[in-house]
Amino acid sequence: MPKRRKIKRNKVQIAKQDRIFYAIAFVVLLFLLVITGYPILYILSSAFSSRQAVISGRVFLFPVDFSLEGFEAVFEQKDVLIGYRNTIIYTVGGTLINVVITMLAAYAFSRKDWPMKNFMVMIFMFTMIFSGGMVPSYLLMRDLKLLNTPWAMLLPGALSIYNMTIARTFIQNNIPYELFEAARIDGCDDFRYFTHLVLPLSKAILAVLSLYYAVGHWNAYFNALIYLNNRNLYPLQVFLREILILNEFDNEAIIDEELMMVKQGMADLLRYALIVVSTAPILCMYPFVQRYFVKGVMIGSVKG
Amino acid sequence: MTKLRRYFRRMRQNWQVYVFLLIPLAYLIIFQYVPMAGIQIAFKKFNPVKGIWGSPWVGFTHFEKFFKSYYFERVVTNTLRISIYSLIANFPIPILFALLLNSIPGTKFKKTVQTVTYMPHFISTVVLVGMMNQMLSPTTGLYGMIYRVLGGEGFPEDILAKANSFTHLYVWSGIWQNFGWSSIIYMAALAGVSPSLHEAAQIDGANRLQRVIHVDFPCLLPTATIMLILRFGQIMNVGYEKVYLMQNTMNQRMSEVISTYVYKIGLGAQGRSDYSLATAVGLFNSVINLVLITVFNQVTKKLSDTSLW
Repeated sequence: MPKRRKIKRNKVQIAKQDRIFYAIAFVVLLFLLVITGYPILYILSSAFSSRQAVISGRVFLFPVDFSLEGFEAVFEQKDVLIGYRNTIIYTVGGTLINVVITMLAAYAFSRKDWPMKNFMVMIFMFTMIFSGGMVPSYLLMRDLKLLNTPWAMLLPGALSIYNMTIARTFIQNNIPYELFEAARIDGCDDFRYFTHLVLPLSKAILAVLSLYYAVGHWNAYFNALIYLNNRNLYPLQVFLREILILNEFDNEAIIDEELMMVKQGMADLLRYALIVVSTAPILCMYPFVQRYFVKGVMIGSVKG
Repeated sequence: MTKLRRYFRRMRQNWQVYVFLLIPLAYLIIFQYVPMAGIQIAFKKFNPVKGIWGSPWVGFTHFEKFFKSYYFERVVTNTLRISIYSLIANFPIPILFALLLNSIPGTKFKKTVQTVTYMPHFISTVVLVGMMNQMLSPTTGLYGMIYRVLGGEGFPEDILAKANSFTHLYVWSGIWQNFGWSSIIYMAALAGVSPSLHEAAQIDGANRLQRVIHVDFPCLLPTATIMLILRFGQIMNVGYEKVYLMQNTMNQRMSEVISTYVYKIGLGAQGRSDYSLATAVGLFNSVINLVLITVFNQVTKKLSDTSLW
């Protein structure tokens, strides 16, 4: 067996040369992993700790005195429930509108040989680099009587040209044009071709689009700030802003008001729990759909 | 004549395509092009009774007012400072990260690093700023706790209230949130590097570090160049949603940027809002953006085949 041993030793020798490099790379990556992961872990652990542990600063890594009182306080905030309901409505409805409009446009631009195509591309692309701006958009919404209606959260930004380009590239690269020509010869028109062939073959891109748009709706707050002033219509993010950043919240939910420190501890605990509650749907979903998100970036980087 | 007839015949043959475009086009016209027509109020004295079209023209009065106001210098410098700093700090980190991550063996560790570093990208701006406020609080936050654990007396300086730390906080929290996500495009480029290049280098005696520098890195250069040029075109675009959330009375001197200023004078101040001035300031910003994007797009086109349009 002398031969085999020799090969083995060779391998070890190569590794030895690069060992320092690998060690440094590993340490740097581990550092980045900790830097990104630690704040998330810290928030999670704080949310599941007791108020005393949070206020005395005993939480560093894992929950201390495991308790759910933070979450109880979150669900005592009436605003949070209203916000949650509204955000779900806006996310589901908005994503539906987004995906329909995006796919319609993407299909049209994936089709070859129709007059005025270049002109249409220009009209669509121009909106990506220039826009009317905040005030004219606000005046438009006011004139259309859409202020303070759920439509103000659903319609602005209904079509992202960037996402439309991703979808168009996907259709062009994954559905051979010969299929369209063959279907055409068999007497299939564009509508049938779109519903019976393009959509079933575009499941991957439909997933990518829905996820991108859904995350966008879930996290959006600025349009609500501009277009809404009815608290019953506010999405979760606006209430989050009030509680997390402006420090305005329902103090009556905090029963123990004797000590200022206790109050402060409860407020902190509430904020940690609120961050978890509002971000959980996205982060729970994320590991399962990560590959779709990554796929979207990949398709986007390939120009059609 | 026959040419025109053929053109119309092709249009008739493809009429269904136009039906597909009907809804998207109507949407764009109403929600994008109508507001563009509304830009005219930047040159008018907006009168709520007469509306956008009926208000009287005043020429460049609002622009002059903005250029002469003492906010002009502040918001333009702040915008440029924040975006140039972001650009310089944001750009190299994803590239280095992708090079390192791509070079190490062991899929499991790699996958874990990817999953964790991509995650912050999905946290909303409100939550991110909330997390910062919570963790950097000198009294109850992690920052204050670490200060006391390390033997500090009382409370450390409140960096959230310090004007000079605003830009650093803004930029580095952005890097924390996005460096992993931005590296995906480079990871994709690295996955396309031909293994034969590595084999050839290995036979010539190159070690892993040398291969990263001389094989992997050159393969990233085209992608990196395009990303850099595209970013240059966005230099007057600052993520105002985050800036607005991070603003407080203490840091306004360093944190007021053009877009937050537009919001405040146009829509923020109830009753005292100046629609025309806000539109003029917004237009000033959009036009510079448009010029920058067009110029840098031409540059990319010259240097490579890739461009925005």
